Amino acid sequence: MSRLEELITKTNESVFTAEFPSLDGNGMEKAKKAADRFRGWFDGVNATDNPAAHAHASNLASAIAMKQLGLEPIMQVVCRDKNRIAQQADIVGAAMFGIENFCALTGDDVTAGDETEARRVFDLDGPQLVRLMSTLKRGQYMSGRKLDPAPPMFIGAVENPGAPPFEYRVQRVAKKYAAGAKFLQLQICYHQDRMERFCAGVKAAGLEGKIALLPAVVLVKGARPLHFMHDAVPGIDIPEEQIKRVENASDPAEEAFKQTLEIAQHALAQPGVRGLHVTDFRNDDTLERLMTELGRKRVLTSTEEEQ
Amino acid sequence: MAEFIASLEHVVKGPVWGCQMCGQCVLHSTGMTCPMNCPKTLRNGPCGGVRENGHCEVKPEMRCVWTKGYERTQAWPLPESWKEEFNHLRPPVDNRLKGGSSWKNFFSKRDKWTPKGWAATTEEAGE
Repeated sequence: MSRLEELITKTNESVFTAEFPSLDGNGMEKAKKAADRFRGWFDGVNATDNPAAHAHASNLASAIAMKQLGLEPIMQVVCRDKNRIAQQADIVGAAMFGIENFCALTGDDVTAGDETEARRVFDLDGPQLVRLMSTLKRGQYMSGRKLDPAPPMFIGAVENPGAPPFEYRVQRVAKKYAAGAKFLQLQICYHQDRMERFCAGVKAAGLEGKIALLPAVVLVKGARPLHFMHDAVPGIDIPEEQIKRVENASDPAEEAFKQTLEIAQHALAQPGVRGLHVTDFRNDDTLERLMTELGRKRVLTSTEEEQ
Repeated sequence: MAEFIASLEHVVKGPVWGCQMCGQCVLHSTGMTCPMNCPKTLRNGPCGGVRENGHCEVKPEMRCVWTKGYERTQAWPLPESWKEEFNHLRPPVDNRLKGGSSWKNFFSKRDKWTPKGWAATTEEAGE
């Protein structure tokens, strides 16, 4: 059982996950720097799978690097670039290296990336990928061929509480839970009312405590990245007053931090929420400030201490 | 004969539903909205990229296929069982059936086939 699984399923402690930076040419060097920053703060860190449809070092390679650096990887698997055969190969390969946490995503479309001429795959979709992971966890490939021993896996997925059709998003949580997901990292949501309705819906559906919700928060330096997310990332809508609040502040960087902290505290107070997923676009001391304000202490696990 | 049925199906369903001839029709369970018109061909949408106006992440000018399907499920006088099926986990597409008639595959139950591993996990989940 992974440490992340143990924390979520055996304790009531808040759980914090983070997004590992994408790795390219200077991969290991960058990975070491990021690992030093994250070590001790997070219970799991996402090894992303070509985020926003841009090619980077693979999810599997990043997850192995993180493992070597003493972090607890959560290997993302998206459906855009590979068919079910390749997805299974990556997951079983990851299990060989002791990677146990997996997060299934449909994935951004190729049009979000810088190679929009590429063929999109989507052989499976997100919920089907969750079910595929459950099948591997049972000790079978999709074909029925035996996988012995069955790899220990802790399966999660994602959901967007802030995108239409809002009422149906809770049904998608139920669908992913039924397919085998035990945690859900949520898309960043600046509409607090939507987050409230979503979490209340999850509770009303009887899923509170069964599937751990981890809403995302983003550390940004000012209004520009907020404009970018609002204008260029489908599925993210930021209310004008939230952008203006940062834009018109005498110290936009500090105001952006306060805004993130408020969103984090609000999200943590919702039913079904077990922790947060943090994306850091600032690379300054606010990561430590955010975690400290949220009551988190930097604690190194024995694996992390060895690094 | 099989080709004739497939052509007939295409002529009937193409103009009305934008049928893509996947050969395993699930139209009744997706709010009478063909999921193969979703640019990601999701059988279990919508994805997280639906825009604020309910339009598609990939084609901003197009209404999201799944948002439309959900709304039709709510608004249209469809049988309750079909409405319920909207929430079901639809299995992955069997790519061998593409281009053939889903009517033929429905009557022969060929469209119910799923890979052994999928079927076993589904059974274990009690679905």
